[in-house]
Amino acid sequence: MRKIDVKIIEDKIYEMASHAGLNLTPSCLAALKNAEKSESGGAAKFALSTILENADIAREKLMPVCQDTGMAVVIMEIGQQVYLDGKPLREAVNDGVRRAYRDGYFRKSVCDPITRQNTADNTPAVLHTEIVEGDKINITFLPKGFGSENMSKLYMLKPAQGVEGIISAIVDTVKTAGSRPCPPVYVGVGIGGSFDTCAFLAKKALYRDVGSHNGREDIAEIEREALRRINALGIGCQGFHGDVTALGVSCEWAHTHIAGLPVAVNIQCHCVRCEKETV
Amino acid sequence: MKKLTLPLKNGEAAELCAGENVLLSGVILTARDCAHKRLTELIQKGEKLPFELKNAIIYYAGPCPARPGLASGSCGPTTSARMDSFAPILLDLGLGGMIGKGEMSDEVRAAICKNGAVYFAAVGGAGALYGNAIKKSECIAFPDLLSEAVYRLEIENFPAVVAYDCRGGSIY
Repeated sequence: MRKIDVKIIEDKIYEMASHAGLNLTPSCLAALKNAEKSESGGAAKFALSTILENADIAREKLMPVCQDTGMAVVIMEIGQQVYLDGKPLREAVNDGVRRAYRDGYFRKSVCDPITRQNTADNTPAVLHTEIVEGDKINITFLPKGFGSENMSKLYMLKPAQGVEGIISAIVDTVKTAGSRPCPPVYVGVGIGGSFDTCAFLAKKALYRDVGSHNGREDIAEIEREALRRINALGIGCQGFHGDVTALGVSCEWAHTHIAGLPVAVNIQCHCVRCEKETV
Repeated sequence: MKKLTLPLKNGEAAELCAGENVLLSGVILTARDCAHKRLTELIQKGEKLPFELKNAIIYYAGPCPARPGLASGSCGPTTSARMDSFAPILLDLGLGGMIGKGEMSDEVRAAICKNGAVYFAAVGGAGALYGNAIKKSECIAFPDLLSEAVYRLEIENFPAVVAYDCRGGSIY
């Protein structure tokens, strides 16, 4: 058994949230630079250069890359040999988020769904915990903006629709979203599982580096084909028409029921902010 | 690049063409979901609005708080389509135009044409760059809405694209 003080986790969440608000992931930045180079001209190229210039200003001036500093989505894989000592884990995560959003001058974007009253400190965070082997904790932190979250969809396909149905669902979601979710987007896809786990798989797919592929060749092929068809749509950066509508498609899968084929498509804007740490 | 001072003077919107890159300076007002709900409720009740709507340019945005010594925090555009149901009401009452990101409804485009207004698209996700172009920021209505309150912004060289012009032209 290994004892871990939750204060360490709170401080780690604080660091991760503070860094995430100001920085794109290296894989996202590289994909944006490639997109800017490959775009032939016009308003889409102008928008891509503006986005790259923005990333520099954010770092220099300590201003969030996007004013939508998001809902804090945290996934923790907790080794089953770990004993968590101190205040409740959820409280520690929320305290880390609260401090980071206050000290970083980040926007507080969390509210009651009915009254729309803002909680004024960006809590509660969305916390997923999984028990895994070992005595460590893997933490991933992803601030999720809602311009793109709003364009996400869940499909309960028929098994007969198969791979073609999956690819169509992914492409249709991006097509319907059009200019609204801040393209070029990063597309997280969940394939299989149940109604609830499928959506979670789609979110987890967004934790992967932009441009990475699933280890299963047939799934990686779905990623490549979906990306090819999305970029053939010609929506382009900000909907200004161009060759790059998506920076990448990431799929994660799980076993499902013989009667179903759930597919969840979670849209992430071009502002991919994601931190990974192990305690 | 064409330089414009906001709010636009009478007739200036008619000279703009969809797809044109512009640099905006002058005065704009932020308003997003909650502020629009309150504004339209005041209009329905026949009450006075907390600011002059005539010729004003509304920026669909909710800024981050400013660090000490800076005029504004990050402040890029939010998705305009969420304001689709509100925009025609405000345009009919004299609103000069909007700045946001992404497509809006056919009703909004029709109201822009009818009223000789304009819709500019700023680059979504460029919050730091736009925050940096804000030289002064003052909350002028609904302070309880925090980032969703109405802020009067003085901007300088704020890059945007004419998305919808008043002849029905569209960049999308």
